[in-house]
Amino acid sequence: MPDISTGLRLRRLSLWLTLVAVASLFVADIYLYQPDPWAEFSRIGWGIVTPYWHDGSELISSALHTISFALLGVAVSAVLGLVMAMWFHWRIIRVFAAVIRSVHEIFWGLLFMQIFGLSALTGLLAILIPFSGIFAKVFSDIFHQQPVSAVNSMGDASRFSRFVYGWIPQAWPAMSSYVRYRFECALRSSAILGFIGLPTLGFHLETAFRQGDYSEAAAVLWCFLLLIGSVRLWLKPRLVPVYLVAALFLLPDMPSVNASFIWQFFSQDLWPTPLLNGDVLGAAAWYWAVTTEEVMPALVQTIAITQAALVLSGVLALVWYPFASRWLVGRFWLFGRFKLLVLRSVPELMLAYLFMLLFGPSALPAILALGLHNGGLVAFLLANNSEAAQARQRRDTPTGFMRYFYQDLPERYPAFLALLFYRWEVIMRESAMMGVLGIATLGFYVDSAFEEIRFDKAFFLILVAAALNVLVDSLSRRLRRSAGLNTPQM
Amino acid sequence: MDSGVQFSLSGASLTYGRHSVLHDITLTIREGEKVALIGPSGAGKSSLLDLLWQQSPDNIALCPQESGLVDILSVYQNIYMGGLGRFSGVYNFLNLIRPWPARRAEVADIARALGVEDKLRTSPDKLSGGQRQRVALGRALYRQKSIFFGDEPVSSLDPEQGEQLLALILSRHQTAVVAIHNPALACQHFDRVIALKNGHVVGDWQTRNLDLAVLEAVYQNA
Repeated sequence: MPDISTGLRLRRLSLWLTLVAVASLFVADIYLYQPDPWAEFSRIGWGIVTPYWHDGSELISSALHTISFALLGVAVSAVLGLVMAMWFHWRIIRVFAAVIRSVHEIFWGLLFMQIFGLSALTGLLAILIPFSGIFAKVFSDIFHQQPVSAVNSMGDASRFSRFVYGWIPQAWPAMSSYVRYRFECALRSSAILGFIGLPTLGFHLETAFRQGDYSEAAAVLWCFLLLIGSVRLWLKPRLVPVYLVAALFLLPDMPSVNASFIWQFFSQDLWPTPLLNGDVLGAAAWYWAVTTEEVMPALVQTIAITQAALVLSGVLALVWYPFASRWLVGRFWLFGRFKLLVLRSVPELMLAYLFMLLFGPSALPAILALGLHNGGLVAFLLANNSEAAQARQRRDTPTGFMRYFYQDLPERYPAFLALLFYRWEVIMRESAMMGVLGIATLGFYVDSAFEEIRFDKAFFLILVAAALNVLVDSLSRRLRRSAGLNTPQM
Repeated sequence: MDSGVQFSLSGASLTYGRHSVLHDITLTIREGEKVALIGPSGAGKSSLLDLLWQQSPDNIALCPQESGLVDILSVYQNIYMGGLGRFSGVYNFLNLIRPWPARRAEVADIARALGVEDKLRTSPDKLSGGQRQRVALGRALYRQKSIFFGDEPVSSLDPEQGEQLLALILSRHQTAVVAIHNPALACQHFDRVIALKNGHVVGDWQTRNLDLAVLEAVYQNA
């Protein structure tokens, strides 16, 4: 049958996604470990409205650590990313960038923690390595979107000069707005690094949660939201150099670095002994055992959670975004927007921790947290998109829900699907990482392996998670292209 | 107000920011009149249509220049959208999932008259500019109103088909106000021609004994 209807094609694609998600629900380990979530729920709710912190200076210093890691991490990775973006036509650079960004900040953190302990260096590397890979890719995309005329007029100037005088000045507005957005992401990453012990806000959040002191947990959460919400007020381009110098001084202690120890870690500890001894059969047996016992069950859970969370995000985004749009709810749109802003500001890991207290460590908290966070984020972008389209509407556009179903939803739908596919890789990354909370995804096995000081196994599991991400990234790109969806502007 | 008067403006002006688009327009349009608006681009035709439309938005089948077709819905749904106001929300919602047979027949009739009956399941992004314009006209027809407002409604069609469809539209509406570029079409199919230039009404004629040269003069020195 000839392809006559874009709507039909997108509907079929959505149907498949939904079917896979429903099937995933049967595979994912969804189980209520908590007999009475409502009692806990009311305690948490009470905590949220009665935030309290015993020692203000402690909270402030961990907030400053959070900012320092994020600022320095973004500053260094933006520069490294830019350098990589300039040579992104080299395949080796593209592959390198893809590999380093496919490993989650938490995994990088766990890895470096073994060498540098709970130090400033661990936190910085954990953020700046994956962020460099992301910057490289996004900057290169931004360069590709620029008109070529100005650069072509430079004739035979060197590649470097063409970037410095042409591409970079031209792309500057897009690049700086992306760096700003990434800084927000870095704040989230920096905060959750506290969950593995670094002295950022997440550390106090996790401690308070674990002790069941929800008022203290709420104080940290509010503090974090305030931080994210106020970025626009204090992050002025002219002040950035001052902040960067201040951040250097505010960092926690730097570790003493022992070069031979680092060399041993990367050349010996990360690889299984049979492999190091050249025992191919032994190595194969080792990999086979880890694959069947840990990798396979972890992969199944990670993928099932991802697919369910992806569709949940989509459903929530479509339900929420009209309530953050003026044409449907009038001035109540501000409430809708506020809700979405909060949801997209809170890191998935924090939400997941919250839900885990309610439902126990099953796939359910992970799916809910990923769905809420990403649903909020996509809904926010859709609501903006819908507001921007307002001026182009014809005068006799239907109103209310008929406008939603017949006009706005269909008009947003291609962008919606593109955004969702774009988030796919991110959700996969996050759901693998969420295992550190005790949910049976890849992160759980990584965390356990580190605890047992079996670095070889942990490293192999991290590589599997990375490979899974690279795979999903390319699959998503292929699906987007075959569905005729453009890469969305984030 | 005179009983036969459907629209009237007296001394109306319109400015967008510092930009003035219509100056001191005074006119009345009576029930049953078929009025053509002519004038060079930027003369204020669309703005005048918009101003008149606001006087009775619920009674007018509108066919604006930006067709407003929803690209991922089918042609059937795009035409059906003209009738949303006649049915309940639930009925409309169910129609989106599966078209009601009775409505399908009605829409198919309109599509047949417009020459797009084989495209009902196609989505508008797969259609040519001319076909899209037919679908936009279909939506206006399915509003089933007695007044039609069009802004260059046949501009993307070849002259012969354009004329044919214009005649169809005019025959199905009692009153019509249509912005149109072609003075000959204006003269042939309408009772009255209003000429605009730089936001002013520069001519208002009955077409019965009008010389085409008078209309063409409006486009001189534009």
